Amino acid sequence: MGKTIAQKIFDAHLVDDRFGDAVIISLDRVFAHEITTPPAIIDLEQRGLDSVFDPTKIKAVIDHVTPSKDSLSAIQAQVMRKWARRHHIEDFFDIGRNGVCHALFPEKGFVRPGFTIIMGDSHTCTHGAFGAFACGTGTTALEVGILKGIAALEYPKSMKIELNGKLSVGVYAKDVILTIIRKLTVNGATDHVIEFAGDAVASLTMDERMTITNMVVEAGATSGIFAPDMQTVEYLWPFIKNEFDGDKNAALLEYSQWIADPDAKYSQKIEIDISTIQPQVTIRYQPDQVINASDARIKVDQVYIGSCTNGRLSDLREAAHILKGKKIAPHVRGIIAPATTEIYRKALKEGLIDIFMDAGFVVTATTCGACLGMSNGVLAPGEVAISTTNRNFNGRMGKGGMVHLASPATAAASAIEGFITDPRKYLEMNS
Amino acid sequence: MKEHKFSGKALLLDRDNINTDEIIPAKYLTYIEKMPLKTHLLEDLILDSVDPKKISWENYNVVISRSNFGCGSSREMAVWAFEINGISAIIASNFARIFRENAVNSGILPIELGSEKIDQIFQKFLDLNDVNIEIDLELQTLSIQDAKNKLEFSFKITTFNKTVVTHGGLVNFAVENY
Repeated sequence: MGKTIAQKIFDAHLVDDRFGDAVIISLDRVFAHEITTPPAIIDLEQRGLDSVFDPTKIKAVIDHVTPSKDSLSAIQAQVMRKWARRHHIEDFFDIGRNGVCHALFPEKGFVRPGFTIIMGDSHTCTHGAFGAFACGTGTTALEVGILKGIAALEYPKSMKIELNGKLSVGVYAKDVILTIIRKLTVNGATDHVIEFAGDAVASLTMDERMTITNMVVEAGATSGIFAPDMQTVEYLWPFIKNEFDGDKNAALLEYSQWIADPDAKYSQKIEIDISTIQPQVTIRYQPDQVINASDARIKVDQVYIGSCTNGRLSDLREAAHILKGKKIAPHVRGIIAPATTEIYRKALKEGLIDIFMDAGFVVTATTCGACLGMSNGVLAPGEVAISTTNRNFNGRMGKGGMVHLASPATAAASAIEGFITDPRKYLEMNS
Repeated sequence: MKEHKFSGKALLLDRDNINTDEIIPAKYLTYIEKMPLKTHLLEDLILDSVDPKKISWENYNVVISRSNFGCGSSREMAVWAFEINGISAIIASNFARIFRENAVNSGILPIELGSEKIDQIFQKFLDLNDVNIEIDLELQTLSIQDAKNKLEFSFKITTFNKTVVTHGGLVNFAVENY
């Protein structure tokens, strides 16, 4: 019987299948950040097991609260630094070269098709954009990953989502994934991997694929996977060209082993014509509560553009395209958090940072910060934000605050008007 | 829970999609120990029937809720906040994957009953204070009763999860086996 992409990856990494219902797989990567990793480090120390399975396969970053905001966050960062140093984890990213993990690690070329990856972070599913199996775990599973290089997971069941058609102007990957979550609901994909297919996939950039896979967990999915193709090879090329002697077709051929069999079994198939999608925005407290941005005339106090969902260079370009020569509404606080140091530098060189500052935005450090209400833009009770992040739970950006999730373009247009705004009117004016 | 049988009192949380950020808000995730989480459990919960500030956790060792319990973040602190308040088992229609794994990996028993059985529980036992519960992990049965009503169910749990829970968590299990 044919296999899905996730099943092929599991079969190639199988360590133990004696339980039948869960399997133990080997890990190619264990990613780590300073919020969920320190309790694992401390527990390993207390057990007298302070070691790592392979320091070259562990990649670590300080990203959630950086620079540290108080003594507690400073101690978390300190625990990470000391741990990375004593175990010779060379790929450790601290202030001055850090960034939001799910933007930083792909940018550094740490992900390959066919890889197995865990991290103590629910948005680890992002890395499935590269044809890898990547999923979030808690601290204990991370601890076992660090120590033994293995993970225990249910053998994967996949559903297939076919994306067909072409996005219209003013509509982005964020609008696609919000549409998918609305259709699936917040637990419609629980215990499933979502494998993306369809004629629209070839034209989706790696940034767009990452925006989509980033949020599959908001529908409950374990991971979201795009089959590797020439876009994947092109993105990874600087890191893999020696391995393939400069032959991109050889790389593509090698990676094509991570494409689903034609007779692979899916528990469900959904087709979405992406050309019909309009700019979307969440309302209320669940990511499946989604409406057209044009139907949401809601006043906003804060506009936040950043995060592992939409803080990449392409996202900043889309926002800047709308904000160029404009001012944000006087009652709006605009915050831009470029997702990585490299993105920040490129945005600066391209003049995007000038556009944001001229419009009235502050540009902050490369951190998760406000997305989860930790620092750098926490809301007061009763305040409303439109945000390019991934979660609109009650209290997510600060107790009593409301978060509306949207694309960078919708966030930028809303910053100008001070109300949630369909970005297409600004795009038509500019073009 | 390393023991196979236990009995105690259950707290009922009558809502779907109770998320990790409600269970333990991110502002408390900068603690590197479990203990400081204790007083913040369910601090941001939105639920008319329960005032999180007034829950006497010392009275309960089981929580019963509805679907997609623990959705959202991977923060195992959401499980630990229950653990340090004395909760040994959480019963729900179903769980978000990471929360369910975190519970098992920390040695807390997650029981998925499906929405029909959970509906029965909530219909029969609206008064939270006097619900008694007995769980037998070996036989995979549970009974819930108060002075008037009694419900008995069998439940499913994977062999792997049962093994890890009775080892007291995933690290013990992994160190012993790999």
